[in-house]
Formats: sequence, structure tokens, C-alpha cells
Amino acid sequence: MVTTPPAITRAAADEPFTALDERLPPAARVWLGAALAEAAAPAAPAGERRGPPAWESRFAEAGRRCGSEAAADTARVLLLHTAGAGAVTAARLYHRGTADERRAVLLALPGLELAPAEGLPLVEDALRTSDTRLIAAAVGPYAAEHLAPHAWRHAVLKCLCTGVPVAAVAGLAGRARGDAELARMLADHTGESTAAGRPVPVDLYLVQALTAEAEEP
Amino acid sequence: MRIFDPHVHMTSRTTDDYEAMRAAGVRAVVEPSFWLGQPRTSPASFLDYFDALLGWEPYRAAQYGITHHCAIALNPKEANDPRCVPVIDELSHYLVKDHVVAVGEIGYDSQTPAEDTAFAAQLQLAHDHGLPALVHTPHRDKLNGLRRTIDVVRESALPPERVLLDHLNETTAKEAKDSGAWLGFSVYPDTKMDVDRMVAVLKDFGTERVVVNSAADWGRSDPLTTRKVGDAMLRAGFGEDEADQVLWRNPVAFYGLSGRLSLDRGRPDAPYEGNSVLRGEQ
Repeated sequence: MVTTPPAITRAAADEPFTALDERLPPAARVWLGAALAEAAAPAAPAGERRGPPAWESRFAEAGRRCGSEAAADTARVLLLHTAGAGAVTAARLYHRGTADERRAVLLALPGLELAPAEGLPLVEDALRTSDTRLIAAAVGPYAAEHLAPHAWRHAVLKCLCTGVPVAAVAGLAGRARGDAELARMLADHTGESTAAGRPVPVDLYLVQALTAEAEEP
Repeated sequence: MRIFDPHVHMTSRTTDDYEAMRAAGVRAVVEPSFWLGQPRTSPASFLDYFDALLGWEPYRAAQYGITHHCAIALNPKEANDPRCVPVIDELSHYLVKDHVVAVGEIGYDSQTPAEDTAFAAQLQLAHDHGLPALVHTPHRDKLNGLRRTIDVVRESALPPERVLLDHLNETTAKEAKDSGAWLGFSVYPDTKMDVDRMVAVLKDFGTERVVVNSAADWGRSDPLTTRKVGDAMLRAGFGEDEADQVLWRNPVAFYGLSGRLSLDRGRPDAPYEGNSVLRGEQ
């Protein structure tokens, strides 16, 4: 099957694009190229605009176009980055998105140039859910960089409580190192679990060991 | 026995139900949008509900190895409330989403002019978005409501083979079948259809284009009636292939008209970006 080459976009030069493009079936490659071209197109002036830009529909349909959830995640992140989604767009796509769309917005945060006051409410929303896919996506590099100490510690504890492997927590070693308050929370959680006769997750001991390491000077 | 419940309101059910459904053979469900028992007072309330049907509920279902899709619509009852009607303008944002496999439930409740308008507008939306439509037939004045429903479908852009007429019974099945639409039967403990009547209807009308659902919700209902119908079919002399047709292949074919059914979600070994992050799948 002959496919049209994807339009040259900001994302097209990126490694994630190439990695995704290579593993998509032909029809999905054509779709991705066209979708990224739409995302790269300048937005219509406010007066001429009717409804959200076309690429947002591509963002919605990425799951059924790409075939696998992992491929759809990457495609959606590429769309957000290519469109240079700002705070208003990111928040709208997150708040009125499916769980998959919300996860993509969270995964895209490090590349979106959102101020902490703009991006953190989305991370905090995801951390309030009980959906482990959203929790795992919320504790990425953006949270590592911007989440305040109290919220970050609760995010780590939430991962331990919900079974999200702490390998998903970006920057874990750096932030946990020498964190006495996190160490106390982990010890209390261990006590609570032991009292209830529940197993303590192995990951908890791993984080505990990190907190015991001396802070870098 | 593999079962696809094509109409069940899981939002109103407990995780025990999911567990029992999985044990009974239910592997996939479609949850149509409906009335919550308590009237909504604004479109925002609908949007939160739609978000749950596309977020939390599929996640919950996946914990029990059940694939969850949904249908989005303004339901017939609340189509009569002017505070709710503006949600129709929001539907297009939802009808493009993955895992939305139909517009529904739409149709008639009290057969009012406001219901006429909402029904016709949403059939058009289904056509515009390449989706089939799940159409509720009314509980009161049912046969007349069915005829009015078929007239509206006939006048719409949506061909009848992309329409499922639901909550049918002995009095409405024949005209529904003659219309060319798919036939849906809701099997309840007391009202609508029961298991034995359902088997009798299958004997009369055959198993082509027929689906059976529990339509279980917050009322007296039972999410396992699909399985009970399957067992009753076998006892009554239907073959396993016919039970599979009614309980699996027919709903897959109908909602498959959307091009958006993905029944391989929830595989136990699906890796997440190369690691084992829990994704609510079993």
C-alpha cells in the first residue's frame, strides 16, 4: 500500500514521532501525518473560528486510529506538543476528556510550557482519582519538578497504596533523598499495614531506603 | 458462554455485580446514557456523567475483566426539561470519542413534541458521526410509541439497519422487525420481558438481529438475566451457536457498525510502555 509521507511538522523531526510512525500500520501512519499537519496549522483568527480546532477531533479519535493504547498515548502527546497547546486548551482537553485523553495530557505536560499554576491543577486532579492509569501518568517529570513537598509525598504514598509501581514516579531518588517527613509517613504506613495484617509492598522499603540516604550538599 | 450485555447501567451497580457478571460469562457491556432517577438540572450534570462513562466506569469494569463501551445522548425523559435540552449542543464533543459506540438512549417517554425534536436531532447526530442509535421504546402507550418511533426513524438520515429498537415485547416485536431495525429485549425480574417469554419470542421471531439485555439500573433489575436467557435457550432446545449469536455475535455486529468496538482491551498481560504499571486490567 502506498502511503503519503507525513507533513513536515515540528513533531515530525522528533524521535517519538519516528519511533511511533515506524510501528504504526499504513492507514494509521497516513492518519498521523494528516493529524499532525492539522495540529501544526496556525489557529484561525477568533472571528472566523467555529468550535475547537480540527486537531482536537484527531486527539479524541487517536485510540481507534492507532490500534494500541501505547501508540495512542504517543500520538496524542505528539498532537499536543505540535499544536503547542496552552493552558486553556490543555485544561479543556483534560477536563472533558476520556481517561485515555486525560492520561495523554498528563504525559504531555513536561513539553507544554505550562506554568505550575496552570499545569499542577491537572496533576492534582489526577492524584485525587482512584484510576491507577491516571495516577501513574500524574507522577511524571512535571510533578517531580513542580509538585510541592506535601502533595508530592502524598502522591508517593498513593502509589504505594494503589499498587502503582514507584518506578513510575519521576525523580524519585532525588526528591526522596533525606526526606525525613516522607520517611515518617512510610513508617506510619508500615505500622498501619502490619497492625491490620496486610503485607507491606516491597516498593515501600525501596522508597524508605532512598529517604535514608544523605541529602547532597 | 460468552456474553455481551448491550444495555446495562453499570454506574448504578456495585463491584459485586461486576464480579458476578464476569463469573456468569459477561465479557463486554455497553452502558447507554439515561435518567439517573433524580432529575438533572443543567447540562453540566450530564457532562460529568458522560465523563464518568468514559473514564471511571470503564476502569471499574476492567478490574473484573469486562470491556466497557458507552452510548451518549440526552435521554427521552429529560428531553422534556428545558434546563437539560442545551446538552444536545455539547453532544458532538462526546460523539467523536473512542469507546462511544452509539447514540443512545434516545426515543420516546411520554411522546411529546419536545421528545420529537430531541429524537430527530439525535438521529441526525448519529448519522453525522457514523454511529448507530440505541432507541428506547416507551413503557406507556407502547405500540403507538413504537409506530411513532419507526416513523421518525424512517424520516431520518439514519437507515433502519443502524437502529436498535429496545425494550420490545410480544406486542411490538413484529412491527419492529418489519421496520428493518435490530430488535432489543430487556429481561427484568418483574416488568418488561421475563426469561421464559424471551425464549418464546426467540422461537417466534428467530435469532437474527435480536439482542437481549439486562437493562439493569438502580431499580429492581438483575445484571445476570442475559445469562439466564442463555441457559433457558439451551434448555428449550436452541443450540449453543444460536445462544452465542444472540448473546455475543449480534451485539458485536450492531455496535461494530460504529467501527469503534475494541474488545481486546483488558488483556491481562498488556504492558504499559514496557513496564508493569497497573492499568486496572486483569
